[in-house]
Amino acid sequence: MIKMSGIRKAYNTGRIKVEALKGVDLEIGAGEFVSIVGPSGSGKSTLMNIAGCLDVPSDGGYELDGESVEKLNMSQLADIRNKKIGFVFQAFNLLPYATAFENVELPLIFGKVATKKRQDRVVELLGRVGLQDRLGHKPAELSGGEMQRVAIARALANNPKLLLADEPTGNLDSQSGKAIIDLFEELWKSGTTILMITHDFNVAKRTNRVVYLRDGLVVTKAADIAQGIKSWKHDRQFDTA
Amino acid sequence: MFIRQIFRDMRGQKLRSALTLFGIFWGTSALILLGAFGHGIHAHQVKQFHGLGENIVIMWPGRTSMTYQGLPKGRAIYLREEDVSLLKAQIPDLGPISIEYQNWGISLKRGKVILSSQIAGVSAEYGDMRNVIADWGGRFLNETDVNLRRRVCFIGNDLKNDLFGETDAVGQVVEVNGVPFTVVGVMVKKGQDSSYSGRDEDKLFMPYTTSAMMFGHTMADVVVFKAKSLDKHNDVKDQAYKVLGKKYKFDPLDKQALWMWDTAENMEFFSSFFWGFRIFLMMISFATLIVGGIGVANIMYVVVKERSREIGLKLALGAKKGFVLVQFLLETLFITFLGGATGFMFAMGIIRMFPSFDLEEYVGIPSISNVEAIASVSLLMLIGLAAGFFPARRAASLNPVQSLKM
Repeated sequence: MIKMSGIRKAYNTGRIKVEALKGVDLEIGAGEFVSIVGPSGSGKSTLMNIAGCLDVPSDGGYELDGESVEKLNMSQLADIRNKKIGFVFQAFNLLPYATAFENVELPLIFGKVATKKRQDRVVELLGRVGLQDRLGHKPAELSGGEMQRVAIARALANNPKLLLADEPTGNLDSQSGKAIIDLFEELWKSGTTILMITHDFNVAKRTNRVVYLRDGLVVTKAADIAQGIKSWKHDRQFDTA
Repeated sequence: MFIRQIFRDMRGQKLRSALTLFGIFWGTSALILLGAFGHGIHAHQVKQFHGLGENIVIMWPGRTSMTYQGLPKGRAIYLREEDVSLLKAQIPDLGPISIEYQNWGISLKRGKVILSSQIAGVSAEYGDMRNVIADWGGRFLNETDVNLRRRVCFIGNDLKNDLFGETDAVGQVVEVNGVPFTVVGVMVKKGQDSSYSGRDEDKLFMPYTTSAMMFGHTMADVVVFKAKSLDKHNDVKDQAYKVLGKKYKFDPLDKQALWMWDTAENMEFFSSFFWGFRIFLMMISFATLIVGGIGVANIMYVVVKERSREIGLKLALGAKKGFVLVQFLLETLFITFLGGATGFMFAMGIIRMFPSFDLEEYVGIPSISNVEAIASVSLLMLIGLAAGFFPARRAASLNPVQSLKM
């Protein structure tokens, strides 16, 4: 599904050139459920943006679903984001003035789906995330967990092959967070490839693969990973049980 | 959803939106009102001006200011009845011409009303030239009146009211210095802002032949004439100097031997002055509208900044740049349209109601032509488009990664 080779990304912030990714090689097969972990500033978000075609790498090759995307223009990238990728954000990013229904409808509108078909699809999606009775509610009238469900329903609107989630449980209590990960697991089992950034060890544990990122590189040495995870657990003071 | 969003944006920025709407509203109404009043005042002034007569020349006897053929300067030149026929015979391009004898402080009597008035002895051609037109039921003096030295008169509408009040004057008798005259017509009310011997509405006109007989005139006070066509106008003036100069022996270039008041010349000055005036008015309203447009652009920049997260999200969900561009453009156009439409209606309302304010005599009736209305509306739309385009372009070119971080 994802094939990255030697991905580099440099930002120019004034005089200082910051290299967020320093040559990432990463391959994720179809149907995988992968979590990306690593300390802040390790390049997780940058990697996610590039994976989601929101950003383009400074150097290196990226093949998404068998298609090389570095050469595509803005409009083509928008199409890929619309059709092949679903985004779930930490801050939900729902339109506050629109209802759950309208929020889920957005990618379908951008994808030029016919009205009737679109409405059926929205009802189906909100049913799938358990919000069939919340269609007309605005984000302010929903709980955090419910908002994230709406966001997931929105991410699934155009049946994407790849779901990208940036700390989807970061703003939720542990109960709602668990329910969201349950939902992810369900989606994964039904065939969706999921790539998720997380800081939560318990969340990472439930994915079938963990990619550890440090200083803009994927850490591959087993010893380093063990060390990293150890310090990570220590930092976060997570319950290892 | 679009429309709801627009209202939401406007509510979020109540004061700013209100001020902006007001700016566009005011700009539009100013544009239309100033245009309409400029038009009205212009038309009114032209009409007033025509009260004296269109493209006519009023000629007075004067004094020579140049020596000519051994004759000294400072000689008085007089105009006589036969000069009219001389000019008619010698100048083929000459149109209507009339001599005018003026008699001041003549007593008029009608029943118990006695008053003192001004009397002009004129020819039949005088009426059309000087826009002294008969109201329904009457006529101006005609050739026969002149030839037969009839004791008939034509009276100004104000004088008619003084003498007859509400009753019909045509066919009635007025005593002029004790001599009975029959009224053949009453002047239709007209605007007149310039004159050389009082307003026509206060005067009594009689055939110049009758006047000469009654008051013993031998010399004309004024001769009024007009060229057959406007392009011969200056030519005819020069010719008149030549013909009369030859007869009375003065230099045809001596403009003081005979004074000429040329209303065509005045009209020309007047026209260019008024066009300047109207362009000035339009520039003011145009500037107001531009300022309004800048206000709209400003508010849209704020909206774009405020909603950059939303824009970033939409782009992430696969919205194309064009979609975002159109959304913001529509929003701006909506605000412009709302302000413009209310401003337009307000202005039209004032223009409609204006005649009931009874100010017509001073500023005329404001009016707006279709062309002006269409031009104003297209100008407004153009400003709306320009005001919307730049913020919308900024919105569409936002970087999704950066705007989502905010």
